[in-house]
Amino acid sequence: MNIYDFLIMRHELVLVISALSLLIIDLALKPESKRHIIPIAVVLFALNAIIGYLPTPAGILFGGMYQSTPLVIMMKNVLNTGVLIILLQSYGWLTKEENKEKIAEFFILMFTTLIGMYFMLSAGDFLMFYLGLETASIPLAALAAYQHHRTKSAEAGIKFILSSAFSSGILLFGLSFIYGTTGSIMFSDVVFNISDAPLQVLAIIFFISGMAFKISLVPFHLWTADVYEGAPTNITSYFSVISKGAASFMLMLILFKVFSPVIHVWQDILYALSVATMVVGNLFALRQKNMKRFLAFSSIAQAGFILLGIMVGSQLGMTSVIYFILVYIFSNLGAFGVVSVIENRTGKLSMDDYNGLYHTNPKLTLLMMLAVFSLAGIPPVAGFFGKFFLFTAAASAGLYWLVFIAVLNATISLYYYLLVVKAMFINKNETPIEPFKSDMVTRAGLLLSAAGIFILGFWSQVYEWINNLSVGIF
Amino acid sequence: MTGNIPLEYFLVLSTLMFFTGIFGFLTRRNLITMLMSIELILNAVNINFVAFNHYLYPNQLQGHFFTLIIIAVAAAEAAVAIAIIINIYRSFKSIEVDKVNQMKN
Repeated sequence: MNIYDFLIMRHELVLVISALSLLIIDLALKPESKRHIIPIAVVLFALNAIIGYLPTPAGILFGGMYQSTPLVIMMKNVLNTGVLIILLQSYGWLTKEENKEKIAEFFILMFTTLIGMYFMLSAGDFLMFYLGLETASIPLAALAAYQHHRTKSAEAGIKFILSSAFSSGILLFGLSFIYGTTGSIMFSDVVFNISDAPLQVLAIIFFISGMAFKISLVPFHLWTADVYEGAPTNITSYFSVISKGAASFMLMLILFKVFSPVIHVWQDILYALSVATMVVGNLFALRQKNMKRFLAFSSIAQAGFILLGIMVGSQLGMTSVIYFILVYIFSNLGAFGVVSVIENRTGKLSMDDYNGLYHTNPKLTLLMMLAVFSLAGIPPVAGFFGKFFLFTAAASAGLYWLVFIAVLNATISLYYYLLVVKAMFINKNETPIEPFKSDMVTRAGLLLSAAGIFILGFWSQVYEWINNLSVGIF
Repeated sequence: MTGNIPLEYFLVLSTLMFFTGIFGFLTRRNLITMLMSIELILNAVNINFVAFNHYLYPNQLQGHFFTLIIIAVAAAEAAVAIAIIINIYRSFKSIEVDKVNQMKN
């Protein structure tokens, strides 16, 4: 092994170097010039995102614990894009007076969780997977409790760390039985020894339950709404997009790579989870008045759709899941971006406050409308194609009833997504939100998510690119 | 040597600990006790890994290493959780779950 082999893990290396250098730069800066750390961090991360697209050799490191394939690199690049948009969107919030002291912490914690997700996606055995999962979730709890003077933020932090530790405990209990019955924790060994023996089925159930907590599937979703509401809005968007996306990717990779011989076992489990998640997520979203809780339940319902593609267990399913998550990143970030901008400016979060927004802030309204249309899956924008490919994949595997239930749920979701549009365009309001202008950086973030919603819908090369790389593990 | 104790005893012990932990996590209303319940769950997992490794695969070390890593990660998790609990105590003057509940749907 020579020094160049480490270039295989350059995603992680670049990000570790960025996080450490931010830590040192933060020490050197005077308190009044701390805000200069924002451009430095954003540029460092943008460099990392660009380096991610450079061609790289696929390879295996540390005796198989770390593997990098074109598929995994593509997943990391998808996540990078989302994080870059979040960093841009949080500019307006970070420069506020209350966050002056701890700007660097925001970036360091966020980069650390991302390093965890990278290692998790590249894992070649369950030990690396567990380490990555925990590296991703422990700093996330600190991020949720970021505004320590706000009681809701601290409450979100404790709720997240307790439920995340509990779910990793359940997941580990399943892993211990997998180790006991197969004699190995390496993915490449487990796949030959897995069968539908009772203890192994139990282990798979425990494993999927643990992962279901992270993706917030019903009935493991109880922490989601509270954590999403309590955490600062820009961090909520990180929770709902990046954390959920990485966990879905990982669930898919492990099910396809390691548990592929017992597809009939986990297909049934996911079937039940998917139906429950779509129905409950949608029904609860109907009655939410707070925008953050509303988006939390809508993101639970979207996770049910993601399962639809995972369940298929083929290349078509994998492509549709990755494409759906890419689209979901852009559309959800568009919605959360508008919510966070308005919350920062006015402190208003209720859906009633959005009444008449079109007459005062037409551009924000248009972005919100685009994002919501994309989440609902209305044809011209990308969300429609995301859902369309998922349904096609599920139908190709013969899951017609599931597709029928999913289409019904997509229709229900259309109702509450249109409620937001109706509030903004039609409802009258005596005291509408004042017209305001955001700073350039936040606007760039919002514009990027709007562009993504459009481009992904019209530019089919993206789908083909994903499809060509999704062959990696078959 | 543990040669006289069959593997099943360890598995029964770990399963009991695991479900005690789950029961405690779901019924206890104190944040610190909930954290302790999670530690019970993780220790049940540790017993499983060590027992499987010792009895079934005595010539490898994967289970032992997994246990070591779990202990280290659990410590990190507890550190962050307790830091947040201290913060909660400062703002709520309580660490009872029923009091730390501002958000209702």
